[in-house]
Amino acid sequence: MRNLVRYIISRTLMTIPMVLILLTIIFVVLRLMPGDPVSAMLGGHAPEKVIEQKREQLGLNRPMYIQYADYIWKVCHLDLGESMVLQQEVTEAISDKLPATIELTTFGMLITLVLGIFLGAYAADKRRTMRDSAIRLYGIVVYCIPVYWLGLMLQLVFGIWLDWFPIAGRTGARIFPSDFENTGFYLIDTLLMRDWTAFGDVLLHLVLPAFTLGLTLSGIFVRLTRANMLDVLKADYILAAESRGIGHGTIVYRHALKNAFIPILTMMGLQVALLMAGAILTETTFSWPGMGRLLLERIYLRDYPTIQGVIIVFALMVAFISLLVDIIYAIVDPRIRY
Amino acid sequence: MNYSMARGLARPIRFFAGMGRKYGVEWWILCVGALIIIAILAMAFFSPFIAPFDPYRQDAGPQLAAPGGPYLMGTDNLQRDVWSRIVFGSQTILRVSVLAAVISSFFGILLGLISGYAGGAVDRSLSLVMDAVYVFPGLILAIALAAMFGPGVLNITFAVAVIYIPTYFRLVRGQTLAIKQELYVEAARAIGAGSFTILGKYIFPNVIATTVVVFTLNVADAIMIEAALTYLGLGLPPSIVDWGMDLAMGKKYLPSGVWWLVTFPGMMISLLALGFTMLGEGLAEILNPRLLER
Amino acid sequence: MNPGDTILSIQDLHVEFPINIGTVRAVQGVSLELKMGEVMGLVGESGCGKSTLGFSILRLLRPPGRISGGKILYRDRDIAAMDRRELLALRGSKIAMIFQDPLTSLNPLYSIGDHFVETLKTHEKGLGRKDALVLAERMLESLGIAKDRLHEYPHQMSGGMRQRIMIGLALIMNPDLLIADEPTTALDVIVEAQFLDLLNDLKNRFNLTIILITHNLGNVAQLADRITVMYGGAIAEVAPAGSLFHDPLHPYTRGLLASIPNIRLDQPKLMTMPGSPPDLVDPPAGCVFHPRCPHTMDICRKERPPIAARNGHLVNCWLYKERP
Repeated sequence: MRNLVRYIISRTLMTIPMVLILLTIIFVVLRLMPGDPVSAMLGGHAPEKVIEQKREQLGLNRPMYIQYADYIWKVCHLDLGESMVLQQEVTEAISDKLPATIELTTFGMLITLVLGIFLGAYAADKRRTMRDSAIRLYGIVVYCIPVYWLGLMLQLVFGIWLDWFPIAGRTGARIFPSDFENTGFYLIDTLLMRDWTAFGDVLLHLVLPAFTLGLTLSGIFVRLTRANMLDVLKADYILAAESRGIGHGTIVYRHALKNAFIPILTMMGLQVALLMAGAILTETTFSWPGMGRLLLERIYLRDYPTIQGVIIVFALMVAFISLLVDIIYAIVDPRIRY
Repeated sequence: MNYSMARGLARPIRFFAGMGRKYGVEWWILCVGALIIIAILAMAFFSPFIAPFDPYRQDAGPQLAAPGGPYLMGTDNLQRDVWSRIVFGSQTILRVSVLAAVISSFFGILLGLISGYAGGAVDRSLSLVMDAVYVFPGLILAIALAAMFGPGVLNITFAVAVIYIPTYFRLVRGQTLAIKQELYVEAARAIGAGSFTILGKYIFPNVIATTVVVFTLNVADAIMIEAALTYLGLGLPPSIVDWGMDLAMGKKYLPSGVWWLVTFPGMMISLLALGFTMLGEGLAEILNPRLLER
Repeated sequence: MNPGDTILSIQDLHVEFPINIGTVRAVQGVSLELKMGEVMGLVGESGCGKSTLGFSILRLLRPPGRISGGKILYRDRDIAAMDRRELLALRGSKIAMIFQDPLTSLNPLYSIGDHFVETLKTHEKGLGRKDALVLAERMLESLGIAKDRLHEYPHQMSGGMRQRIMIGLALIMNPDLLIADEPTTALDVIVEAQFLDLLNDLKNRFNLTIILITHNLGNVAQLADRITVMYGGAIAEVAPAGSLFHDPLHPYTRGLLASIPNIRLDQPKLMTMPGSPPDLVDPPAGCVFHPRCPHTMDICRKERPPIAARNGHLVNCWLYKERP
């Protein structure tokens, strides 16, 4: 147990250089690239004086290394500056939108995991049959369907033609988030308030976006699970379990899947990037008021500090989730030596 | 006449069937992928001959006409012919995605070779940066770059190219490290081969075989990212025909039941990505016999 | 059932593996009788079908392998014809098996206790976890392993200890037949000797009938009552252990024994057998051993030899067929 704690601490410390590099990359991309953010922001037609004023206000006329130190210093204090177009702290804008994105990605990931892992395990169990081929085909095809198009198609079929689910936003017209808003996670908020109509409405709104995100990513997990299951099913302990009279289902879905899950878990850290990219696109398709929408809106408005802030938060989320995955890995696998 | 034609055909047929027996399903996956790519390439090369209308012409037909009659895939809100725009749009997406993959493979392979071969501090710092870019969501990076560069075909190409450099880098670096240890490379060094000879003659040819597969899969990915950027309204000026932009435009009319504006461009993006993915999958299984054991 | 009664009777068993270049005939018409309480050594070079024979007794052949003919009678019930439920009830509870590599035969994510509990609860539905653990503790202690190790994971134990746990798992349901597939190959020599002692001891304590599959003639010499020599998917010779070593009849058995290094100095020269094992996709016509046999006759190339009984041996060779 003490070992585990030590491992978690050292692994957490190891995230720091990664975060620093990510922050540096963001700095480089947003400040050193050709094109001055201020003139880009003001559309290139602003008078010289206005540009100069803005530059001063943003501290962009100081030497680069001072800007960099200042930038890192402020991020460390969770100070992301102030929006240039609205009278609003960037952190405030973000904390307003972050729960929506987390709610969406969490449910998307859940759908992906359930679908991907079950189908992958099933395909491996039935390897080299028609059902296996069909599932493999599903994996390839689904991987090639852009998440934004899948979203539009689901909107068309289930939102417009069948009219089962709403196709935009987090709540319907007659539901007012201000009535229950608390944590920002609407499902939790409505549950806390025991407001069942609102809960149902929020859940209905979540269905299509979450499935869009979940279905798209499930292709990768089908393939990962299937490949790992095939390896594990060849292992001696599977044969040994069979020789003891353990049933086939228990062997495939307990013995094998448990072992196959460990490499899948390690891969999950890398899929987070895809999850977030998918979330941004899904948010745009479904007018989901999350981080992706915020980022794009502010890009159109050329609100430079907010753009930077949103990207930083995405970077921090990536670092945090890969840390989390490693820690879960350490807890699940008894073999790991810290 | 007929006889000699049949004989001329017999050989390729035998070749295809033989490969099919040898590699099974994987060979057919590869063939289908190649077929899709060839069809869309032909579409791009011969666009003016295939498209019935000028893709920019705003009076090609009625507004928002459903597919049918002279309009295979209907018309859009500006009275343009959707099928003609699909045909010409293939040029944009192919140009951007293939060029982006070429650029990122060039830099990725180069840096990977240097890093793996040189080792030491160069390797450590390059790897650190590349790993960080690798875990960072590529789309977000591309969005930031596209926003900074402004719209333009070359700009979007670079934005897409940057995010795949680490993929090649990691692959090539790992292989370079492994091959460097091989006996035949040691032997070459012992008889006085210089670094360039070793890199060029021994390491590069080995590396290139695996990068072929990654390249094809990368193009598939780049296709989806390119279309994603233009779907989000970044990357290209509206004067260029592009599937992703048409998709974004069609989205506005979806709630009123206009299905053809989103269905067809999206289908084409998926199909093209599928073509490259299948080609890559097939190649991977055939070039790497170990995978066939399964 | 009394000692000496037949517990297992294999009758004209055929096993084949259809692969893309043809069909591997891994076992071709093997018949074998096993008496209650005896240790039967099953020897032969790799690829002779001895392991396949062992696996087919519990129908553990990996697809596409399958039993294509014959019967496997365990206490007069045909295993080859059993349905899934009967088969699962048989595996581990009546007939148990231990495997080559103790390092990989235990699930790395299951504690030792989990393994025992799972096996016990599979065969005795009503058993609670606590009671199962008590039974497991007793088994561990009888194998000389401290009972608190039940909570440990396979990677925390040595190879010899894991081998003993494998045995414990195999014997926890009190089976009467144990199939041991190359159980000592992965162990070093000292542990191997201890393990064979343990096996001998357990045989008496649990009234086991054992099939010991090995390519190591030393192992069988130490433990087996009778020895079956296999070659090319068929039985070459079955004989009491002592008699086989002193008076081998089949030319292949002779060759096999002559190729064992011997500590005695008067051994003239280590023999090697010319040729290589047969291709089982396209086996030689007649006797499978004839291309390598020093005594090949015309009939060997044409017809399969019948079983002949001679000096208490059963031998599959034309040399011993009394001609009419």
